[in-house]
Amino acid sequence: MSELRAQLREWREAVQKRLPPWSNRTLVGLLIVIGIVLPFLFSSSSAFMNATIIAVAYAVMSLGLNIVVGFAGLLDLGYVAFYALGAYSLGWLGSGFFFKAQVHALVSPVASTLPGVHLNFILILIGAALICAAAGVVIGLPTLRLRGDYIAIVTLAFGEIIAVVAVNGQSVHVGGGMTLTAGNLGISAVDAPYFPGIGSFSLLNLRPWYWLIFAILLFVLFVNLRLRDSRLGRAWVALREDEVAAVSMGIPLVKTKLLAYSIGAAFGGMSGAFFGTYYTVVNAAQFQFGFSIFILAMVIIGGLGSIWGAVVGGLALGYINNYLIPVVLNNLPSKVGFNFQLTSVEFGIFGFLLVIVMLLRPQGLIPERRRRLELTAEVAPVDAQLAEAPGTPGGAA
Amino acid sequence: MSSTETPSPAPPAVALSVLRAEHVTKMFGGLVAVNDISFQVPQHSIVSLIGPNGAGKTTLFNMLTGLYRPTQGRILLGERDITRSRPDIITRYGVARTFQNIRLFGAMTAVENVMVGHHVRMRAGLFGSIFRPPWVRREELQTRERARELLAYVGLREPAFDRLAVQLPYGDQRRVEIARALASQPKLLLLDEPTAGMNPQESRALTEFMRTMRDELKLTILLIEHDMKVVMGVSERVTVLDYGKKIAEGKPAEVRADPGVIEAYLGKQA
Repeated sequence: MSELRAQLREWREAVQKRLPPWSNRTLVGLLIVIGIVLPFLFSSSSAFMNATIIAVAYAVMSLGLNIVVGFAGLLDLGYVAFYALGAYSLGWLGSGFFFKAQVHALVSPVASTLPGVHLNFILILIGAALICAAAGVVIGLPTLRLRGDYIAIVTLAFGEIIAVVAVNGQSVHVGGGMTLTAGNLGISAVDAPYFPGIGSFSLLNLRPWYWLIFAILLFVLFVNLRLRDSRLGRAWVALREDEVAAVSMGIPLVKTKLLAYSIGAAFGGMSGAFFGTYYTVVNAAQFQFGFSIFILAMVIIGGLGSIWGAVVGGLALGYINNYLIPVVLNNLPSKVGFNFQLTSVEFGIFGFLLVIVMLLRPQGLIPERRRRLELTAEVAPVDAQLAEAPGTPGGAA
Repeated sequence: MSSTETPSPAPPAVALSVLRAEHVTKMFGGLVAVNDISFQVPQHSIVSLIGPNGAGKTTLFNMLTGLYRPTQGRILLGERDITRSRPDIITRYGVARTFQNIRLFGAMTAVENVMVGHHVRMRAGLFGSIFRPPWVRREELQTRERARELLAYVGLREPAFDRLAVQLPYGDQRRVEIARALASQPKLLLLDEPTAGMNPQESRALTEFMRTMRDELKLTILLIEHDMKVVMGVSERVTVLDYGKKIAEGKPAEVRADPGVIEAYLGKQA
């Protein structure tokens, strides 16, 4: 088995050496083109298209959480809070929910006659990102002074707090008979995205929705890639590896962690805003603790700290959750004589998948470069090398 | 040479002092780890801090670099009071350190480790990192280039530059740690037992290298050291701690002859 693996690795390295330096760029370009033309291969309102849209939105969240957990090593078990805030940002800024207000900005002719706050979806997206980033700072300031497991517990608590606020917000009056949230009734009749020249999106044609979330994914992916290979990205990894050494090297602890947390929050919020408009309702019941774990599972299955891993993990769980189980395999148990549907045991299936991945490929589907190096390279023959380098620390001086 | 009975302000400066600790005390609960210590490090000198295990040397280091706050006393870097400053700020002011048990960032390559050391001297922020304008691109390239130069300077060989820190042999890890500290362009370098685990030749080479660094990089060096050969060979001044107290201070030869020091190291003569 290990010989086989070594052989495979050798081949892979040989192939990599022979590929021209532009091959990576070409591959990425090819993937983008495939991503763009993908909707033409399926009917415009198919279940597969629907699942694809949700899976891509999951990937955006997974990329956001990957910055927090994967890059900076802050285990956040309350990420659903930013999904909720993003979705509510949409509810507040793109519906008639605040019915006493009359604010319109670049929205469809229909929406511009309605009462409430109606902003263009791009403005809402920016708003959601800003609101979530600010919330990330507020939650993060007291939380991120803690270490390790404590962060996990406190973020978990904040996730639950947001969920409870979402339910009880219907009793919080903000003046003029308006409330903060609509609780379990949900903020409904939210605006569909509208762009001048394209018109309003409709759920009968899912293609524009797909291109919208795909564009968001590309943006978030770009930011992730840039941050990874930057001064900030190195600071995050350094903090993750050894906090004491990192601060001694001049990395400001709280500020650097807060940046990771806020950026992750902003991406969660953007995805949440998209989900708000795509589901056409912002309902407090959507924001369960289980969802935080679900996104964390995407990051871990993909490969903690790996950008492409986060994308693959998000897409994989998205498709399994929204296509494979409910559409393709749902009736499988009844075909073999059982009296239940597969959707009712989906969390069991996820748990099983997680265990399988952790057993067979603990580093994730697409491991981070660093972890790959750590796991594959042989341990250095310490003594031999020490002996062959007869102590010349100032050799080159 | 001063003894503990004189809690007077630090002795008159030999030269302009880079670092001055005044009556610094650190208590952990009821335990007094560092007890009313005053000492100074003259500019461009090499000063050693010695003492038996548990004497409070590393605790003192941690206070000098801001990881611990002194319970009492003050610490001055030049004219600046850094007693209550955060570690990253102190690094910015020009203090860098290594650790007794090497603390490299294991999952980063040697070059990346050194690049992290340069963090305080870089300017790229969040938006600079995302949009990567030409000046950020240049800054990154220069930092990488500088990191490689520093690694070569401390004697690491080219093939090791892009290997993960955890995969480097012990001696190379020590070198990378020094390079990482140098990358922050310090005025004062704190070395916590730099020769621990090295054989005599390696220690001797490192001793030489400390002088080279001091002269070429215009550094002041404060080191904790157990190896008396290194201490006596390299330092201009030695401060001896025992049970958190300063029991002797002075030129190496003076300290070596001090009865209190001999007692602390060898025990009381019957």
